Parts: sequence; structure tokens; C-alpha cells
Amino acid sequence: MNHIKTINKANLKKTAAKGGCGKCQASCQSACKTSCTVANQKCEREA
Amino acid sequence: MIHKYKLGGYNVLLDVNSGGVHLVDDLTYDLLDNVEPPFQKECPGEVVKKLSKSYKDDDIRECYEEIVSLYNDGILFSEDDYEKFALSAVASPVKAMCLHISHDCNLRCKYCFASTGDFGQGRKLMDFETGKRAIDFLIEKSADRYFLELDFFGGEPSMNFDAVKQIVEYARSQEGPHNKKFRFTITTNGIHLTDDMIDFINKEMYNVVLSIDGRKEVNDRMRVRADGSGSYDTITKNFKRLVDKRPKDRDWYVRGTYTKYNLDFSNDVMHLYDLGFDQISVEPVMADASEPYAITEAELPAIFSEYEVLSQKIAKIRKEGKFINFFHFMLDLDQGPCAIKRLRGCGCGNEYVAVTPDGDIYPCHQFVGIKDYKMGNLYEGTFDLDMKNDFAHAHVYTKPECKKCWAKFYCSGGCNANNYMYAGDIHNAHKLSCQIQKKRLECAILMKAVELMDTAE
Ligand code: SF4
Ligand code: SF4
Ligand code: SF4
Repeated sequence: MNHIKTINKANLKKTAAKGGCGKCQASCQSACKTSCTVANQKCEREA
Repeated sequence: MIHKYKLGGYNVLLDVNSGGVHLVDDLTYDLLDNVEPPFQKECPGEVVKKLSKSYKDDDIRECYEEIVSLYNDGILFSEDDYEKFALSAVASPVKAMCLHISHDCNLRCKYCFASTGDFGQGRKLMDFETGKRAIDFLIEKSADRYFLELDFFGGEPSMNFDAVKQIVEYARSQEGPHNKKFRFTITTNGIHLTDDMIDFINKEMYNVVLSIDGRKEVNDRMRVRADGSGSYDTITKNFKRLVDKRPKDRDWYVRGTYTKYNLDFSNDVMHLYDLGFDQISVEPVMADASEPYAITEAELPAIFSEYEVLSQKIAKIRKEGKFINFFHFMLDLDQGPCAIKRLRGCGCGNEYVAVTPDGDIYPCHQFVGIKDYKMGNLYEGTFDLDMKNDFAHAHVYTKPECKKCWAKFYCSGGCNANNYMYAGDIHNAHKLSCQIQKKRLECAILMKAVELMDTAE
């Protein structure tokens, strides 16, 4: 492509079907706590 | 839904529902103001005409085809089909707990949301019996969850360190029989950290959060002792001792708060880095607008440009091959959590609860002391499942502003407690937080995109 450079390959949609198992860390984002964006959490579901 | 913005000489294009990130030229950027699905085979004549003042006709047509091809690939203007998952949100096991081990503090930080430690409930330490009951409660409510997070919080946890030790020991003794693994975190202001405490923390705590605001004059303006003296000299020494002795595979970070007094907070981040702390979180104070240090709309332009400055400073350090981690710029564009997790957010009141020295249960540490949000009590054996259910349903698709927000899969609907305190309801987005959040995300997405592009080349 000459005009658009796509950066990432993953598609969020695929993650929805098998996701939501809840094994990952809770993720408070407030100023007084763990404070990272949810979008950085590690997924802990076994493949 | 798409979101596009210009930053640092780049044009960034985000496809919200697929998470697709694209860097585009000016033509694409402008063309997207004029076209959207349903697409035709060729670029409509009036659009070509409109843009032909600035671009060549052939280029416009070619660009249109590229847009259509990404659309067909499902990474541009992709459908929002997540609502069905959101609607199936159910109450989940409790997997994380904030233990208010000490409603007392040896500092009097001026912006403290806990009313300098006691959450407006009187200074009090948690006894072992309450801690033990909290552990039992967590194990019982966690169903089949294996990893359980337990955060020692305050006030200042080191003021009740014997109880911390006893509770950790008790929790460890329960791991085997119940097939659980505890991950402990402790947050400390660093005023009173003995070698013994440091060794215990480094051995048992999966993560440790070290509170410091940055430069001495910045830190000592807000983080003061009861006699008004600053804490900087003591805590920097103590934190260094802790970090130096910490095993390399264990997490830790320094975290600070910026206020109206240090809108040039990138200098505080760099100061912490220069002190040798390379895991850093520095965040805006949340306070009533009437407080002199509060951040208000008026400060936003300065804050926005400061995040840009900060991202440049961090990019420069990384270009030199050195390590620095700024928490709010951490973002995983390729893996990261599933969409469901992203739309559920922090899980407070559902997967996560806070327990006070009296054994009262609240949705999270920020709700502690708010009567209407008391969920139960460990001694009375009460736990409000209706409230838990309400929190389970507080996600991006039940929050009107979030539902239509481009940042929803990164922000996950913001902080319920802030929403309640500053926007009147856990479902109402707190606009000021949103604006800061979105700016940080724009910076973070661009930084990540540029990094990925550089490694690809
Ligand atoms: S562990 Fe992974 S799949 Fe499971 S809820 Fe968390 S992010 Fe989603
Ligand atoms: S809290 Fe604000 S920034 Fe976050 S998703 Fe909701 S509207 Fe968007
Ligand atoms: S409501 Fe806010 S403070 Fe409470 S856990 Fe969620 S993000 Fe953290």
C-alpha cells in the first residue's frame, strides 16, 4: 500500500469468542493503585 | 468507528472495534473526512473533485481503493458486535482484595484521598483475626480461580507490619489445602522501612508500590510529615535500599501524583529515572475542583503538551538502547487482554473488593467510607450480592459515553469510583479523566506504532 501502513496484525474480535475467562489480574487503573491501562494486562488463559 | 489524530509528525488512524492501528499519509487523513461505508467500487466523483485542489486525482482514487481493501479485510470501519458479550456479563468469583491493614499514616500528604490515612473513620489498625477472616472470605468467594491477589494498603501498611507478616503466613498455609496461589502487593510511603521489612517484602511480595512524587521540591510540597517537614530525603534512601535488594524477577514501581503545582511533570518522571528508578507511574491528582492543587479544565492544554514532551523524552532514552517503563504508556497492540476483559475494566465490586480494619467490605479502596457502598461485613457474615451484580454490569456498554468512545477498549470505562465521586454515578464518565486518558492513549499508541514500525524495517 502506498498511503496506509498497517501496524498491528492482531484483531480484537477474535479474542472475544474465547475470552472472558477471568483468570487474569484485576486491573485497577486509579491513581493510587496498579495504575496501568487494562490494554496492557497479560492474558493468562491457557491456549 | 474510527479515530484519527495527528501527533509528532504522524497521522494515526485507529479502527476501534478491531483494534487495528494504521499510519497514514495526509491524503488518506483528509479523504477519511469525506468517505465512509457503504463504499462504492470507485471513489465518488464529487470527493475526487473536492480534494483535487491538494492532491492528484489518480492518487485520490488509489487511496480510496486502499481504504476499501482494509474495510473488506475487517480492519477499518469494522462492526461493533461486542454488545452481545457485554450483555452476558455475569457476577464472577472474587479474585482480588485490597486489605486496609492500617487506617493510620505517618505522613499527611495534602492530596490524600483517604483523609490522610483514616478514610474519615478514625485511626485504626487491622488485627490478625480480621485479616484471617478476609483471607478465608477471599478463598471461599474465589471459586475455581487459582491466582488470588491481595494488596496490603492503607493508610500506611508498614505501621502494622506484624499483622502483614501474620496474614501472609496464614494465607500461605492455606494455599496447599485450597489449591490457590496468593500474589501479594504492598504499597508504602517509605518513611519507615527497616531492613527486616525490606527483606520480607522482597521475599513475599509479588509487587511493591513505592510512593514518591518526583523532584524534592515537588514531593516535599505535598508529601509531608505531621510537623510539616518533607519526606524526600528519607524515602529516596529507603526505596533505593529496597530496589537494590529486590530479586530481578519481582515487580516493583515508583508511583507519584502530579498536581496543578507541577504541570511540568515530565521533569519528575525524568528525576525518578535519574535516581535509578526505571519503573515509573506518575498520574494526575483527583480532587475537588475547589482544592488549590486540583487539576481542572484550565490545566488541560498544559497537561496535553506535557504528555507529548514526556513521550519524546522516553522515546529518546529507548533509542539509546536503555530501559524505562512509564505505566500509562504501556500498551500491547498485538496481544494484550481479550475484548471481554477490556470492556469489563477494573472489576471492582465484582471480582475485586476492599476490606477495612472493622471487617467492612466495599467495592474497592476508593469507595471505603461511603455508606451507600458498604457491601457487607466479615463479622456479620454479610455480602450484598445485588450490589455485586450491579457492579458486574457496570461495563463499557452500560456507560452511555463509553459506549460511543473511541478509547473504550483501552480505557475500559474509566474508574467507577471517580465516576461516582465527580460525575454523580458509576456509569457517568468523568470528563476530565477522560480527556487526560485519551491524550495519554494517543501518545501511547503512537509510541508503540513507531516502535513496531522501526523494528519491522
Ligand atoms: S485471562 Fe485472557 S481470555 Fe481470560 S479474561 Fe483475562 S484476558 Fe480474557
Ligand atoms: S471513561 Fe471516558 S475515556 Fe474511558 S471509555 Fe469511557 S468515555 Fe471513553
Ligand atoms: S473503581 Fe477506580 S479505584 Fe476502584 S478498582 Fe476500579 S479503577 Fe480502581
